[in-house]
Amino acid sequence: MQYLNTQSTTYNDTVVRQFSIMAVVWGVVGMLVGVIIAAQLVWPELNLGLPWTSFGRLRPLHTNAVIFAFGGSTLFATSYYVVQRTCHVSLFCNKLASFTFWGWQAVIVAAAISLPLGYTTGKEYAELEWPIDILIALVWVAYAVVFFGTIGTRKVKHIYVANWFFGAFILAVALLHIVNSAEVPVSFMKSYSAYAGVQDAMVQWWYGHNAVGFFLTAGFLGIMYYFVPKQAERPVYSYSLSIVHFWALIFTYMWAGPHHLHYTALPDWTQSLGMIFSLILLAPSWGGMINGMMTMSGAWHKLRTDPILRFMIVSLSFYGMSTFEGPMMAIKTVNSLSHYTDWTIGHVHSGALGWVGLVSMGSLYYMVPRLFGQKQMHSMKAIELHFWLATIGIVLYISSLWISGVMEGLMWRAINADGTLTYTFVESVKAKHPYYLIRLLGGTLYLSGMIIMLWNVLKTATSGKPALASIPSVAAQA
Amino acid sequence: MDINLLRILVTVASFIMFVGIVIWAWRHRNTKDFQDAANLPFEED
Repeated sequence: MQYLNTQSTTYNDTVVRQFSIMAVVWGVVGMLVGVIIAAQLVWPELNLGLPWTSFGRLRPLHTNAVIFAFGGSTLFATSYYVVQRTCHVSLFCNKLASFTFWGWQAVIVAAAISLPLGYTTGKEYAELEWPIDILIALVWVAYAVVFFGTIGTRKVKHIYVANWFFGAFILAVALLHIVNSAEVPVSFMKSYSAYAGVQDAMVQWWYGHNAVGFFLTAGFLGIMYYFVPKQAERPVYSYSLSIVHFWALIFTYMWAGPHHLHYTALPDWTQSLGMIFSLILLAPSWGGMINGMMTMSGAWHKLRTDPILRFMIVSLSFYGMSTFEGPMMAIKTVNSLSHYTDWTIGHVHSGALGWVGLVSMGSLYYMVPRLFGQKQMHSMKAIELHFWLATIGIVLYISSLWISGVMEGLMWRAINADGTLTYTFVESVKAKHPYYLIRLLGGTLYLSGMIIMLWNVLKTATSGKPALASIPSVAAQA
Repeated sequence: MDINLLRILVTVASFIMFVGIVIWAWRHRNTKDFQDAANLPFEED
């Protein structure tokens, strides 16, 4: 059988370049919307009194833009870059790869139009209506064909561990999206879920938590297992640990979803099961973090001079921190304090800004100069500045929401001697006002770092020209 | 067969498989196979 890609002597980096640039563009857009809604929480009048700019419509726009547009484009770019270089073969079917780029951009534009107009399924992180869901499914199937087709036509025997993580991410997201988006269309842009009641809630959070587990964790671990060794210039600390890390995550993540539904109509045993598996998840998460960190052993001095490596290692620290915090918050008694408070938002952002954001930025800073035939980014000083703006931004963001979250949780549960509530709800809202201001400041710092990155990336791209990377001709031993 | 029996068997089989993977991965930790695999990202240049 004649494969489409066996004749090529260079990697297909066109699609990698497209996704890399758009990842940075969508990062700026998504984080800007985040800063706008953070400002709305401080000054509610900023919604301008218009339905299209109200918090309820812009919040899903923010989450979709940062997760699926920024995170998704980064994952497409890095997975296509890594799979070619660790399989020593060009992408399987260039036309289909090109379709994944244009199709994914179409999904993002459709989301950016339909969400402010108020079209939503009401399912968190799965808000997009059924015609867009169908387009997502088509793009995702094409992605799977390109990725696994490339693996199938590889010139090396072994499948490198990063590709296992990318592969699991692609398969799991296909499964999650199709099951959770099962819905009955009643008109163009309006549908009802195929599930009802508590089953609907359970399917939604099985989806929701595994979106965290496979989209925001497994995919970005694939990035970590390739780009941390490359930037540190030494192989991963333990290949055995990486295999155990992979299978432990695969076997446990699928069960953790019920911790989003503690003290609801979900059966008690299901809640407890979700809590236990969330606690077990600490072990593989920290195993993976240690594996990434220990890759640095003997090369720690590089952190002093290499801001890109610093992005990656600080990212791993946030991964360790948020995967410790997460299992703790899944404990039912802790959850009774933390759930529905700002603590949850703070936790999510320590994972999203700290882990996902920083590792994405690090890998993009690694790839962009290579993709455009440059030795390094246009300005290393700007990367340094970006690093500090982002890190200080994250610290301000998460510590302010820890305080406001724990405070409002304690205010909600405070009762007087006669059994009445000590505080009204609006008193807890009023008490959070200063912390919302600090959160806005943190988010603004993080966004300004991203804007500097966009300038730096565009400068690097325009001063270079698309580079052709040739495939090694000698088949590798592994 | 009772559906719950099937569920139990799948869960137990998965667990045994996972333990098997852990043992296999640790036994191979110092072999050339794993060292070559870990060096795969460096063979391109």
